[in-house]
Amino acid sequence: MTVRELTYAQAIQEALAQAMDADPDVFLMGEDIGVYGGAFQVTGDLVQRYGEERVMDAPISELGQAGVAVGAALAGCKPVLEFQFSDFATLAMEQIVNQAAKLRFMLGGKVNVPLVMRLPAGSGTGAAAQHSQSLEAWFAHVPGLKVVQPSTPADAKGMLLAAIDDPDPVMVFEHKLLYKMKGEVPEHPYRVPIGKAHVAREGRHVTVVATAIMVHRALEAADTLATEGIEAEVIDLRSLRPIDTDTIVRSVQKTTRLACVYEGVKSLGIGAEISARIAESEAFDYLDAPIMRLGGAEAPIPYNPTLEKAAVPQVPDIVTGLRNLVSGRI
Amino acid sequence: MNAFGSIKPNARPFYQKHSSEELLQALRRMYLIRRFEEGAEEAYMRGLIHGTMHLSIGQEASAVGATMALRRSDYITSTHRGHGHCIGKGADPKLMFAEFFGKEEGYCRGRGGSMHIADVASGNLGANGIVGGGLPIAVGAALAIRKKKRDDVAVCFFGDGASNEGAFHESLNMASLWKLPVIFVCENNKYGMSVSTERSMAVANVADRAAAYKMPGIIVDGNSIADVAEAVAEAAARARRGDGPSLVECKTYRTRGHSRSDRNRYRSKEEIEDWKARDPIPRFEAELRAYGVAGEAALTAIRESAEAEIAAAIEFARNGTDPNPADLIRDVHSPRAA
Repeated sequence: MTVRELTYAQAIQEALAQAMDADPDVFLMGEDIGVYGGAFQVTGDLVQRYGEERVMDAPISELGQAGVAVGAALAGCKPVLEFQFSDFATLAMEQIVNQAAKLRFMLGGKVNVPLVMRLPAGSGTGAAAQHSQSLEAWFAHVPGLKVVQPSTPADAKGMLLAAIDDPDPVMVFEHKLLYKMKGEVPEHPYRVPIGKAHVAREGRHVTVVATAIMVHRALEAADTLATEGIEAEVIDLRSLRPIDTDTIVRSVQKTTRLACVYEGVKSLGIGAEISARIAESEAFDYLDAPIMRLGGAEAPIPYNPTLEKAAVPQVPDIVTGLRNLVSGRI
Repeated sequence: MNAFGSIKPNARPFYQKHSSEELLQALRRMYLIRRFEEGAEEAYMRGLIHGTMHLSIGQEASAVGATMALRRSDYITSTHRGHGHCIGKGADPKLMFAEFFGKEEGYCRGRGGSMHIADVASGNLGANGIVGGGLPIAVGAALAIRKKKRDDVAVCFFGDGASNEGAFHESLNMASLWKLPVIFVCENNKYGMSVSTERSMAVANVADRAAAYKMPGIIVDGNSIADVAEAVAEAAARARRGDGPSLVECKTYRTRGHSRSDRNRYRSKEEIEDWKARDPIPRFEAELRAYGVAGEAALTAIRESAEAEIAAAIEFARNGTDPNPADLIRDVHSPRAA
């Protein structure tokens, strides 16, 4: 039996439709998600199928939309808010960080905020510094938020449905370069649990913890290294908060080397957190090499395509980095 | 005694519409707010509670007047100066004090304190520590009301200072655009902390801004409970009819400072005294006497019962349970579904 293939964007759209079919309290809100179909055509024709009450075009008011979504969630709805670009969530920091994340705690556990935020993120589209950021680690720093980064069409659907089921706010970062990627996606509504990493490739020489598009670049790098006899184990982190520390610890105990590959700015990011968790864990004594971080440059994302590529890890960077790590050259 | 009994026939609609019972309950709630805040202040001075607090003494008419128009199923969002809104919506001062004292029995189990008191069961979605934070949340609650086909409303309390936040513009625009059942109740107490409205707003009145959102902007004497209640009742009726939001600006004054750190350097003693002379509580009492709703004995009895309730509430709070540090992170997330 062949399994049907969908693009990452189609998989998200299917999850949104299935969530709306299953629960009348689910509605979508965002900028240009109606007749326009979304800036990345994720919502597509959902407005024709579900109407403007459930697929709501909102004014360009990110702070207001986030607050409206928080209020609607408090009053019994399940809003799924699309930020047109994840960069624009900076305009809504107040509602995301001070309200959505904290209300349950501040109110003594007597409310919950079942709010899902979808955020197209990352570079590679020539959109320059204000439309290409990877800010997921900012939000992962905030207790009360859950932050996920699905890297495949199947996970995009399953994690979004899990996020919509979740009683608390979940931010789903979707890498823009993945929207057109195809993959097998089961038709029924299924859930991929939040907080579980996925071993995307098994290996014995080095553990590579990667996120979003970097999972695919790490897998490509692993293919190249395999021809040289280096077997990399690639872990798709999938969830930044909560982090599945156990899967990484077990892997590092096996491979004795760790590299973190991510698109966000290298310093003070997810790589630092994973490195620290390994340094604090029983896997520390197993390490045969320093931990390596391959992350985004300490610079905004530039416009020029050569510079833009240079600003985030590419496959050759990962190949070289892992080769050096395994051969003891760092 | 009711509106058609001893109340004078020429009394304004507020006194005609509400039963004596309702009017006296409103007065009692104003006393409760006043005594709650004076009690909180005393407890702070005596070192019984820590942190800070924002007192609304002098603003009780807007809190109680606005909430008189509401049902239990209606929502409010409140502000950092929110004790009055909370009591107006029907919260129990004993559980509010327990929150102030940081106890498990408190509305937020001691996790929120003065600035986050909420009583979700009575429709109070919470005070808010961020100026303007509650504005879009109220619009969202109103959107949920619409989606669930209820005829409830959301009252959004905010101050003059919040009307200078971007959230104000975004919220009023969306509420009006979608004709949502929201009543934006601005308690203009003349100062955003120390900066006067003259120094922070290009227009004279917050209500002037309503025109930009194609909604009614009504200015009332915020120290007159009748003025506030009549305006908010009309706005609520309009919202329940599906005619959209309104902005009601209550001109009022806080006679205490912004918070515990305030040294009143930005306003004169004369100004404060002038507003103390317009205290909304004696003013309401005088009207109740004039319209024959209550005599001196009844007023004294209400005052004493409010004082007794607050004294008992403080005692209840003092004897409350301290949270266990082992439960520190318990309510960051909902419990996992089974």
